[in-house]
Amino acid sequence: MAMEVQLVSPEQVLYKGDADMVITRTVGGGDLAFLPNHAPFLGALAIWPVRILLPDGELRAAVHGGFVEVSNNSVTVLTDVAELREQIDVARATDALERAQRALADNPEDEEAAAALARAQVRLDVAQGPSA
Amino acid sequence: MPGQEKILRRRIRSINSTKKITRAMELIAASRIVKAQARVIAAQPYAEGLTAVVANLAAGGAGLTHPLLQGREEVRRVAHVVLTADRGLCGAYNASVLRAAEGELRDHASRGREYSLILVGRKAESYFRFRNYRVDAAFTGFTENPTYEDARAVAAAVSQRFVDGELDFVQLIYTRFISSGRQEVVIRPLMPLEQEPLDVHPDEAPPSGGYEFEPAPDLILDRLLPRYVEARVYAALLNAAASEQAARQRAMKAATDNAEDLIVTLSRVMNRARQDAITTEIMEVVGGAEALRGSRGGADHHALVASDYLPD
Repeated sequence: MAMEVQLVSPEQVLYKGDADMVITRTVGGGDLAFLPNHAPFLGALAIWPVRILLPDGELRAAVHGGFVEVSNNSVTVLTDVAELREQIDVARATDALERAQRALADNPEDEEAAAALARAQVRLDVAQGPSA
Repeated sequence: MPGQEKILRRRIRSINSTKKITRAMELIAASRIVKAQARVIAAQPYAEGLTAVVANLAAGGAGLTHPLLQGREEVRRVAHVVLTADRGLCGAYNASVLRAAEGELRDHASRGREYSLILVGRKAESYFRFRNYRVDAAFTGFTENPTYEDARAVAAAVSQRFVDGELDFVQLIYTRFISSGRQEVVIRPLMPLEQEPLDVHPDEAPPSGGYEFEPAPDLILDRLLPRYVEARVYAALLNAAASEQAARQRAMKAATDNAEDLIVTLSRVMNRARQDAITTEIMEVVGGAEALRGSRGGADHHALVASDYLPD
């Protein structure tokens, strides 16, 4: 039994189709997995990979905040920025990671650098994590 | 006169090369409309998703106290976000947006409100700067191909100032894309956000109701409303970009057609001039010959011909 999953960014629908399970992390900090026929749910997402488990593999996307809405056996992930594994530029993310780390070393209070660090990390996690 | 024919020939050649350019621009614009239109459509699922989430949050009891939702009792300063193109050659596209914007500025000024201008597109910037308006922010270089990042930058130019109470009302002035044959200049309020999606009557609440929230609805709403503003700006930018291409295609088609008409008219004039020149030349040759003969023989024209060619 599958459910419908949509991964939507402002510029396009990145993925639309059936999946067996969706794993996300909300800003509260807990990982949440949605199985078919989950109760209606609304959550704000953390900067963390979203994993969509398909019958024949897994889709990972770096998601930089956003929302997840579950209702009527469909999961919709809305996010400002979402990148699928193959869209991630590893070199650029590594650069950004180093840049953010240096900025944080200079000024540990720098919120922008902290956010940049989180974004770079999630990109690298998705790009270098175990493949589908 | 041969001089006139030469001038006309040169003009026709120059119109012809202009026509080639306008034709190329027309075709480019036509292909870009399709792409721009696809982007408008691609942006809809996100906007619709956000609206659905907002409605669900309201049904789930999120308070409507967020600053972005608060209308001001007294409107003292109005921000106009004006979206035009970076380039011209698109007919009345820029002019109509600018006319609408200037009308709004006058209208609000007559009600004693101050203005704040946030401009997108080089055309808007040069227009208002030239007229000595105070420009608070100007964004250029992306009007044909706006990204979500651009929308975020534009939204950031007004959001914080609205929340801080510096602005009481923010409106978008742009061209809405209806179809490639129809676009219209619209003036839409951006902030405070319309509460429409939030006004969910209990009996109209989504059928699935009873959502779980994580974190609390108010916290989700806090994060969501700024996104909502950005999505609105993004949709406006995409509409403007598609309208720009449509306007350009139309303008360039008109220019190409006009060039064709001109070429036909000028060719006719040129041919007549050439014919006139030939006729004049023949007349001159004939006249010259006659004059020569006249001075040589002095006899009657017919007699001269007869005596030259007829055997005795």
